[in-house]
Amino acid sequence: MSFLLTCPNCGEREVTDFAFGGEVVPRPSSKPSERELNTYNYFRRNVAGLQREWWNHRSGCRAWFLAERDTTTNEVRWVALPGA
Amino acid sequence: MLDLFRKRRMWRPTAELKDNYDVVIIGGGSHGLATAYYLARDHGITDVCVLEKAYIGSGAAGRNTTILRSNYKTSEGARFYDASVKLYEGLGAELNYNLLFSQEGHLTLAHTDRAMFVMVERAEVNRLAGIDSRVIGPEEIEGLAPAMAMSRDAVHPVMGALYHPPGGIIRHDAVVWGLARGVDRGGAEIHPYREVTGVERSNGRATGVTLSDGTRVGAGMVVNATAGWSSTIASMAGVELPITTHILQAFVTEPLKPLLDVVIVSSQMHVYISQTDRGEFLIGAEIEPWTTYRQQGTLNFIQEASRHTLELFPQLERARILRSWAGLCDISPDFSPILGDTEVENFLISTGWGTYGFKAAPIVGKTIAERIGTGTTPDLIEPFALERFYRDRLVSELGAAAVSH
Ligand SMILES: Cc1cc2nc3c(=O)[nH]c(=O)nc-3n(C[C@H](O)[C@H](O)[C@H](O)COP(=O)(O)OP(=O)(O)OC[C@H]3O[C@@H](n4cnc5c(N)ncnc54)[C@H](O)[C@@H]3O)c2cc1C
Repeated sequence: MSFLLTCPNCGEREVTDFAFGGEVVPRPSSKPSERELNTYNYFRRNVAGLQREWWNHRSGCRAWFLAERDTTTNEVRWVALPGA
Repeated sequence: MLDLFRKRRMWRPTAELKDNYDVVIIGGGSHGLATAYYLARDHGITDVCVLEKAYIGSGAAGRNTTILRSNYKTSEGARFYDASVKLYEGLGAELNYNLLFSQEGHLTLAHTDRAMFVMVERAEVNRLAGIDSRVIGPEEIEGLAPAMAMSRDAVHPVMGALYHPPGGIIRHDAVVWGLARGVDRGGAEIHPYREVTGVERSNGRATGVTLSDGTRVGAGMVVNATAGWSSTIASMAGVELPITTHILQAFVTEPLKPLLDVVIVSSQMHVYISQTDRGEFLIGAEIEPWTTYRQQGTLNFIQEASRHTLELFPQLERARILRSWAGLCDISPDFSPILGDTEVENFLISTGWGTYGFKAAPIVGKTIAERIGTGTTPDLIEPFALERFYRDRLVSELGAAAVSH
């Protein structure tokens, strides 16, 4: 086990229960330039510190949810369903 | 006689940090040290300092599983890594330091038709680049790795393998120490326990760095050679990278009698295995999917990797695990490196090393030194510019670098 994550629906589980969806990246405008689109697709802040990110409870309820995690400690601050 | 007991220093005591250097290299791993080494060797540039936040080799350079090979899938990748392996072949003699490089061969196992197809394609790309690499069948595999289970009714029967005779393993710490001594003898300075916390810019160009204790060091050129930490340094310079940081793990068993000469990789079983000169079985897998800067391993990895290792080497059933560890990897979207210039002038990067960058250290050092010494980007690293991600011109090594390191 590496760390625990709390699914907003199912509760606390091992991280291996979940699929990682990456850091939250702002969507580009409706008609992005090539550079804006590629930035959205490829470039990441990859912070050493608090990161807002997507998770999917793959081996559970299969819901996508948001979490804030400190990438230097893997401590999860909060989790929430999108829009909640 | 007394002279026998005298302690000889490997390198000079750490010098006083100066206010300014021609070149400041951030990161005292294999790439930072190699860059400093080749700057002096090839271009006579010695007003150089390497800044390392902990001890040299404390990052991935001291944690990797030391596989060197050049059987990559793209022609750009294959010729680049081939040039690096060739430099490694002469490096021990050049540095007068035994790097324990043993080129006993490298086998990438295929367990499915699809995998066989990929191996054939890779062998062709390799052959065109003049790299010794071919597909072999079960009989030849048995001859190269007689201790490996080849049963047809195994969970993942071995159908064939991509065989790369010049591939092998090297002593990673020796590479770090040998290069560091070479850097020291060449006249450049190494400063351990100096953490960079800022990159100074003026008019769109990098002019120096600041350290955690507030010291400012001016620089004509700043090189970011921090691998897993690349994003943190690049963001200080206002450069965004297409990189995410993940852990990769490995473990070793207690030492056993010599049983395995070649390196064994199975992408399908997510495991790779070699036996070190000390007799330990050295076992690794792939990265954890989530990003992190915490270098702590997982039990899950040890369980999965042990299970697959036992499928290939059932005789290790009673071998005990001695140590396990994790290191950071800077993963790029196409599993190829990112090398050279950025939009900030005089701020060069070497990143995107993922799980495979140790083998590239000499060629990175040589080409980045050439870029600094001559002002032009060498052909060999042209395809790996950061700029390719602005234009979606990827160099995909997914098939040859995701599990094989
Ligand atoms: C478990 C594992 C197995 C691997 N197996 C292989 C393999 O078999 N073959 C292969 O080719 N590659 C392998 N790799 C990958 C390879 O180790 C890396 O790609 C390579 O070592 C990266 O280059 P480096 O040695 O310069 O990096 P590092 O050794 O990580 O050097 C970067 C340095 O930068 C320093 N640093 C970071 N931030 C700062 C700062 N703010 N200020 C100053 N210094 C800083 C760090 O402390 C570190 O020492 C493996 C990696 C791991 C983790």
